[in-house]
Amino acid sequence: MADQQVREALAELPGFAFDEVPWVTPRPLADSRVAIVTTAGLTTDGIADWNPGDQSFTVLPADADGLTLAHFSPNFDRSGWIVDPDVVFPVTRLREKAAGGTIGSVADVHISFMGAQVDHTLETIRLDTGPAAAEALLADDVDLVVLTPV
Amino acid sequence: MGTLASVLEQHGIATVAISAIREQVETTRPPRALHCQFPLGRPLGRPGDADFQHRVLDAAFALLEEPEGPVLADFDEVIDDEAEAPLVCAIPPADHGDRHPAEAEALGLLPAWRRALASHGRSTVGKVVTAEQVPDAVGRFARVADGESWKEVGLPGDPTKIAGDIRNFYEEAAIGLTGGVPGARQAETWFVDHTRAGDVIQRARIAMKEQGAGFYFWNYLLPMTQHHEPGHAP
Repeated sequence: MADQQVREALAELPGFAFDEVPWVTPRPLADSRVAIVTTAGLTTDGIADWNPGDQSFTVLPADADGLTLAHFSPNFDRSGWIVDPDVVFPVTRLREKAAGGTIGSVADVHISFMGAQVDHTLETIRLDTGPAAAEALLADDVDLVVLTPV
Repeated sequence: MGTLASVLEQHGIATVAISAIREQVETTRPPRALHCQFPLGRPLGRPGDADFQHRVLDAAFALLEEPEGPVLADFDEVIDDEAEAPLVCAIPPADHGDRHPAEAEALGLLPAWRRALASHGRSTVGKVVTAEQVPDAVGRFARVADGESWKEVGLPGDPTKIAGDIRNFYEEAAIGLTGGVPGARQAETWFVDHTRAGDVIQRARIAMKEQGAGFYFWNYLLPMTQHHEPGHAP
């Protein structure tokens, strides 16, 4: 039950919440273009290193081949990722849902940040890199994002 | 995760977040979240189980029907990690020569690591050292464990990242040795409690703490749940 210990240790961490929860009325799912935004710290260039405190993001292609999980924290399982990247980055599952008509389409652009940030206010993400990531997704006509942590 | 979801929603994109730590989502209040009590590092639950992963996504997408938020729901199945049931994983014999036994052990695992890489096409090794450099890095940590200053053994970078490369190398080699899908954290516990290199990193962690290394450097040498007194190595 190691994860339970980690959850208990992290439960009281401070975090930033907006005073008013932003809300977009979703389009019908079957018409939606869907992207994944993960905080797993995935990279495309084969670099396995993502520094603590780095609130930048990586633009990911719609294909898990060639991605590297570079997250700095030792406190989660990586073996699942090695044998099946969809357990973190479920782009194959999204393609299957698009083929079956459950969702409209799978985006060409996906995004990775790295979680476990030491700055719990996430000021850079809120004011700079988060909006920039949103711009990249909107440029690909993304309607809906599924966020996955590690 | 929750804050990021809100930023995206603020810019006009509907979101649904999979939650790993419920209290954090309660704090950050994203518009829609599905809490999944799954092993950390496996947000879709089960590697290699497409049906299960589809169920998770379907449950997440169902939250889009809610008329207002924030919405926080729980997935109807819990999956626990298996840290207390380490892999049964025979370590290949290695020619020690004049190497430290832990360094020789790592050298002997290179073929298994390469098989895992060939089978799955990905690795998490390479923060500082390559797989081929892992045995040498293990040898340097062994010197720290045996009393030398961590600043003077020639570690080629951030020791936490090098320790991460070593641990990831071993966990991936374990996948190569067993050929299966390990339970969450099974390979981690195998590394820490059943390998010579795991024992070396545990002792080096304690030595670095005693030498006055900063919290970051000794704390992140191993997962927080694996900090204990050494003595489990074969």
